[in-house]
Amino acid sequence: MKIKAIALNTFKEAVRNKIFYLLIFFGIFFSFSSKLISILTIGDTLKILKDIGLASINFFSVIIAVFTGINLVYKEIEKKTVYFILSKPVERRDFILGKFLGLALTILVALTIMISFFSIFILLFSGTFDPYILLYFIFLFTELLIVISISILFSSFSTPILSSIFTIILYLIGHVIWTFNEFKYKFINPIEKIFAYSIYYLFPNLEKFNIKGAIVMNDPINIKIIFSTLAYGIFYVSAILLISIHIFKHREF
Amino acid sequence: MNALEIKDLSKSFRSNFLYKKTTILKNVNINVKKGTIYGFLGLNGAGKTTTIKCILGLIKPDHGTIRLFGEEAEKVSSRASIGFLSESPYYYDYLNAKETLALSGKLSSLSNKKINERSAKIISLVGLEGKENLLLKKYSKGMLQRIGLGQALINDPDFIILDEPFSGLDPIGRKELRDIILSLKAEGKTVFFSSHILQDMELIVDDIGILRNGKITKEGKLKDMVKKSIKNPVSYSLEDLFLKEITK
Ligand SMILES: Nc1ncnc2c1ncn2[C@@H]1O[C@H](COP(=O)(O)OP(=O)(O)OP(=O)(O)O)[C@@H](O)[C@H]1O
Ligand SMILES: [Mg+2]
Repeated sequence: MKIKAIALNTFKEAVRNKIFYLLIFFGIFFSFSSKLISILTIGDTLKILKDIGLASINFFSVIIAVFTGINLVYKEIEKKTVYFILSKPVERRDFILGKFLGLALTILVALTIMISFFSIFILLFSGTFDPYILLYFIFLFTELLIVISISILFSSFSTPILSSIFTIILYLIGHVIWTFNEFKYKFINPIEKIFAYSIYYLFPNLEKFNIKGAIVMNDPINIKIIFSTLAYGIFYVSAILLISIHIFKHREF
Repeated sequence: MNALEIKDLSKSFRSNFLYKKTTILKNVNINVKKGTIYGFLGLNGAGKTTTIKCILGLIKPDHGTIRLFGEEAEKVSSRASIGFLSESPYYYDYLNAKETLALSGKLSSLSNKKINERSAKIISLVGLEGKENLLLKKYSKGMLQRIGLGQALINDPDFIILDEPFSGLDPIGRKELRDIILSLKAEGKTVFFSSHILQDMELIVDDIGILRNGKITKEGKLKDMVKKSIKNPVSYSLEDLFLKEITK
């Protein structure tokens, strides 16, 4: 109940901010503008629509996740509203979980709005609903949960500017870390090997969640991969939240 | 059993990684009897707010024990029977008064029914009728102080901690607050508050404690202290007592 109250309050804060709507609007606007770009380019129009449309939804939802994530956690500490919460019989763990769930709900709503507009747009254009867009939605949402948990982790001990930078850097690393997989076998020395493997497993492998290529190309996606990817996301988020809770428990306000 | 028992509380801060620690509280002992009003005095920076933060578990004491109705203050559950008003209004400015009270109630595990019941009562108790749907970002300082008191009382707490509750209130507001504190006492509640407005404090407190150089240098019944140190019986007030104690 307390977690729910904190989560709903976090959601309220996000949706009572005009910037939230502005970012959603931009996400929709740019995904529609893919139509314009498709006119100017040669190739399969539907492919281009999906490619550019999903990319812009991806971009704006990441921005929403990073900034609401950092803003809404750090603000509690900066504006000391955390006193209001923690002077009540509320576990610090529940504060972090409530914040996380509130942010997750915020992202879910933003993403649902953007994807719904985009699906209707694709439906109007091609006359069919692409079920893979639903899968894309689920994967992107899971990826954003990782981004939120990382932003909570950083803002539990750092300033908002540093947290934003760290989170964005980690997001970018997360999308290239898979390349590490290709050459980590090259390390022979056990110390180097341990180092290489830990780097590979420490950073979030966000490229796992990127199925835009498959959607644009209409490639089939293996059901096993779907589940293992979602399991990976849940595992990663849980680990980051546990660390955040640990840090937050020992913090003084 | 006392409502609040602080034994040998010490707390130091390291303001920067490189600086050495400065000790703010050195073996502070405080006893607040059930059903009384306790005035907590000390100059700016004496450590009153720091003591209160230790009671609320916002910061960890270096050593010492704090008990609320016998229960260790470290435990989250000890906060169920506490109401707390912070020295500055740290509330959500995108909520209105009603929502603030509701959130406060939910965090204290009150049912929706109970919240509705209590919040109507509290809105009128703290004098915010007609303003309950206004966002807090549009509140004046005194109004924030009032909603702060309201959110502290929503769970019908047995122990009420008020950090500088009189600051920002107009003369009528101060009179109303004194009456509220006295009525809480009449209901059998215990009130612990810090204030620099000694005239108000003097009118309502049973006991006082003076914090100086990180220690409680004087604690006891106000009546006895004022009587004991009487030299000029006409003008001897809490203010005289405080100034004498602080400059000793
Ligand atoms: N987090 C902190 N880090 C470092 N020093 C701190 C911290 N919190 C408080 N202090 C120091 O502890 C001392 C006591 O502060 P505190 O806020 O408890 O005083 P106070 O008695 O409440 O004063 P006032 O009457 O002005 O409210 C001050 O010197 C302050 O600088
Ligand atoms: Mg203070």
